Amino acid sequence: MTRRRVGVVLVSHSAEVAGSVAEMARCLATGGAAAAVAAAGGAEGGGIGTSAELIKRAVHRVDAGVGVVVIADLGSAVLTVKALLEDKELPDGTRLADAPFLEGAVGAVVTAAAGADVAAVAAAAEEAYGYRKA
Amino acid sequence: MNTSASGTPDPAIDSAFVRRWLSLATSAIEHKSSWLTELDSAIGDADHGTNMQRGFAAASAAVEREPSNTPGEVLTHVGRQLISSVGGAAGPLYGTLLRRAGKALGDQPAVTPEELCVALRSGVDSVAQLGRSERGDKTMLDSLYPAVEAMEFALSSGSGLLAALAAARTAADEGAAATVPILARRGRASYLGERSIGHQDPGATSAALLIAAFAEAAEAV
Repeated sequence: MTRRRVGVVLVSHSAEVAGSVAEMARCLATGGAAAAVAAAGGAEGGGIGTSAELIKRAVHRVDAGVGVVVIADLGSAVLTVKALLEDKELPDGTRLADAPFLEGAVGAVVTAAAGADVAAVAAAAEEAYGYRKA
Repeated sequence: MNTSASGTPDPAIDSAFVRRWLSLATSAIEHKSSWLTELDSAIGDADHGTNMQRGFAAASAAVEREPSNTPGEVLTHVGRQLISSVGGAAGPLYGTLLRRAGKALGDQPAVTPEELCVALRSGVDSVAQLGRSERGDKTMLDSLYPAVEAMEFALSSGSGLLAALAAARTAADEGAAATVPILARRGRASYLGERSIGHQDPGATSAALLIAAFAEAAEAV
């Protein structure tokens, strides 16, 4: 039996951004195949926006019962995840990371693929704010 | 039963009242949709009208499908629909407001004006908390807080529901108009900095429409 991994969900206003960042993070994770990462991007019928339905579906898809870390880009993406969490519409053990989108996604997916628990995966995403580039 | 100055009795605040509110709010949003989008195109991403219209149409349809028996239940149901169907920040914000207000009303078949007022206050507080925002940031709170305070003041001075909601409507309209000179500190408009000054906030404007619909729901018996 394979070890159950923490899931990571990337919520962006754009389907392309969410999908590409998920793909990039997966490629950067050693044993990337083991990472459970799902993208929830754009409005439900396509176009720029946020869809609560797509977010719920993505979380359920990567939820293996050991927690899911959600990383969101801006405004309505962040607020929709917070509202869903408050309404208990997402599985237990789901949490929103306070993290930059791309850097946080890479940190979270790499850490989740390595088999870390949900607190460590969220912490890895949040630590990305501390990475200085200049 | 309280009676307004004109002698019209106050209506009961039951599920029929909240349904009247929803139907009035839905048509107000529909009528003002292009105006909301126009305001949003000046300082936002030009989708507030269409988003609100989609959300309220979905909420109306859902409430018709699933009859709810208490005012709290109807508000909670509308809130849930807005979160799932608006598609912009207004969805989780208004959705949380109405769900919180609905929960505060509990499962009573009818509530007092004071109970409605307390529920709205707690809903508006939850918007501030969710958006980490406060009055003066050029958001929906700039019409919601004045509305709730005007309603509280009217009720504590002995007014009934009709007069209290009429006062709330006036305060919300004034609050929305007063967002024009404010510099936006939250939402997409905040990226504009100084350039957000001189435009009325679309969120404060739609919030005033929703408050006005409460006043009309009380009148339309």
